[in-house]
Amino acid sequence: MWSALKRLYHQLGSPKWFYEITSRWSPWFLWIGSTLMIIGVVWGLAFAPADYLQGNSFRIIYVHVPAALLSQSAYIMMAVAGLVGLVWNMKMSFVVGKTIAPIGASLAIIALVTGAIWGKPTWGTWWVWDARLTSMLILLFLYMGVMAIYNAIESEEMANKAAAVLALVGSINIPIIKYSVEWWNTLHQPATITLTKKPTMAPEMFIPLVLTIIGLYCWFAVWVFARTRNEILWRERRTKWVKSLLNTGANH
Amino acid sequence: MAQTFSLMAIFKRDLLIAFRNRGELLNPLMFFLMVASLFPLAVTPDPKFLGLIAPGIIWVGALLATLLSLDLMFKSDFEDGSLEQMLLQPQPTLLFVMVKTLLHWLMAGLPLTLMAPVLGVMLALPEGGYWPLVFSLLLGTPTLSLLGAIGAALTVGLKKGGMLMPLLILPLYIPVLIFAASSVQAGVDGNSYTGHLAFLGAYLALMLVLAPVASAASLKISIAR
Amino acid sequence: MPQLDEQNTPKVPTALLSGRALMCERDDRVLFSKLNFDWHEGQIVRISGPNGAGKSTLIRILLGLGASYDGQLYFDGKPMHSARYDFRSELLYLGHQVGIKTSLTPEENLKWLCPGASSADIHTALRKVGLYGFEDVLAQGLSAGQQRRVALARLYLEPKAIWILDEPFTAIDKEGVVQLEQHIIQHAQSGGLVVLTTHHQLAFDVQELALGVQATQEVLS
Repeated sequence: MWSALKRLYHQLGSPKWFYEITSRWSPWFLWIGSTLMIIGVVWGLAFAPADYLQGNSFRIIYVHVPAALLSQSAYIMMAVAGLVGLVWNMKMSFVVGKTIAPIGASLAIIALVTGAIWGKPTWGTWWVWDARLTSMLILLFLYMGVMAIYNAIESEEMANKAAAVLALVGSINIPIIKYSVEWWNTLHQPATITLTKKPTMAPEMFIPLVLTIIGLYCWFAVWVFARTRNEILWRERRTKWVKSLLNTGANH
Repeated sequence: MAQTFSLMAIFKRDLLIAFRNRGELLNPLMFFLMVASLFPLAVTPDPKFLGLIAPGIIWVGALLATLLSLDLMFKSDFEDGSLEQMLLQPQPTLLFVMVKTLLHWLMAGLPLTLMAPVLGVMLALPEGGYWPLVFSLLLGTPTLSLLGAIGAALTVGLKKGGMLMPLLILPLYIPVLIFAASSVQAGVDGNSYTGHLAFLGAYLALMLVLAPVASAASLKISIAR
Repeated sequence: MPQLDEQNTPKVPTALLSGRALMCERDDRVLFSKLNFDWHEGQIVRISGPNGAGKSTLIRILLGLGASYDGQLYFDGKPMHSARYDFRSELLYLGHQVGIKTSLTPEENLKWLCPGASSADIHTALRKVGLYGFEDVLAQGLSAGQQRRVALARLYLEPKAIWILDEPFTAIDKEGVVQLEQHIIQHAQSGGLVVLTTHHQLAFDVQELALGVQATQEVLS
């Protein structure tokens, strides 16, 4: 048991192993993800019944909710990757964390934009300070901070560690920030129409949502794998296995 | 067992340095005053309106003034090499960071707290707001120093420093801002504000434990550059 | 070239400060590898090498200021990561930066740097480094060389066994150099260990640790 764990530990830290294993997994994730996304999006946009209050504009949740959920999980994943890197000094972990950051930030922006698109027909304005959007905006700030500190430090090693510390500090604060913002929101607005009310959602609306959520997670995995593999190729560019990889590639 | 730097000695040393440069101690206070004055100038001096947003203005002003003063926490020590010497001491960096945070609060947060009622008068803060203002600042500014120390430690010595540190820390300040400003508002409205203060107290307690750890780790990362 | 005397190196280090198989890489360049050393009480060690050879890096590794490396360090026979506290209790480091606060006088500076020292000791130390009469002048009014000498005064005040000095002879005059050399020799003779880097020609014998510049190596997976 122990030796299997030790082996896993060493494997996880090896760029080459990561590269090979993600080469095998990526196509699967891509297939599953795309299938789920297509079914979910088509079902949600075309076939699900219209919401009795919001009409058709609610359909944006099929993009907004997965993006919002994923950008929050991605931050936690990034923080965990940073923690693993700091505690076990695993360079691969830092690489994964580094690639997640811009992806998570983009998802946050997508969530904000789709939130605004939803807001216009519902409230008449492009932006509303509701609890959810405000929390998402602050999450975007946290992402920007991690990326900014990473770019500001020249030494790769120090940049990794500093970004990891910041991501951890941020992730501890995320529940506190969410709580504060929700509480603040109740002070200033009565319970308004929110984007999702899960208990009252009909299954015909709910299932495509679940599909798009899972589908987006799969796409996220593909995205992270692809960027991480790029990073690996660049960092290990002088090693034998990368050189032989590129050579066989050039011969096709 | 050879003698090593004592924390008390560092505390007294920094107080002495602050005293020698006492003109600079006024800077955060002046900034605080100026920021608050911008709002009547930019919006309206009408006391009815000002009084409505006074809690927010004062708290945002305190936040910004704290942010600007954070730069000084570790910068001069980094530049003359004393920070390096501190980190070479056998005692945990944690204790050093706590002393520095306390000093920062004494020289920035506490004066801001004492000055706030004056700003309240200038911004037509209604009567019920003054006590919660002082209490919220008393509980909130130490948290600002604690969290700010993390940002200061992460960015000390960075040439591109400047704007970066506020960007890192501001999102973390938001819970304090929300509960503190709303506590003042509750006071103004005649409602109870103890719940708000309780949150601030709890957050402070949590940060007292966690923030110095993160700051110490950040200092060690920064010194390795 | 880095020493590769594996045959002569005892397995378990018993010296005051030892290193085994130290390797450090920076910017894809290997600064040194398979570096071994054993430094004992009473020794004066000089780390030499051209610029960029890794002298400062090695010092930072010794100090534990975050430079990453492979290999092990030992203090007094114990692995450094568990002996860090004891090591630092016996360590005095003077580097490129002086570590002096400019808003304080030399006396006030030495008071916080050496908490055990009395005023009389401080005055004596300042006299020894040639700053007699400057005890109460704010450090910002002193020249760079004078500020350096305030830092050097610590060598007369703190009872630390291990001195690590990076270019200690910078910006001091001939008299000061002789004085410092004497003091270093004395410290070693009374059982201390001195590790230094310097371009200066030393008037006494030292043990050399010479670092060279390695060619870029292929990292084999």
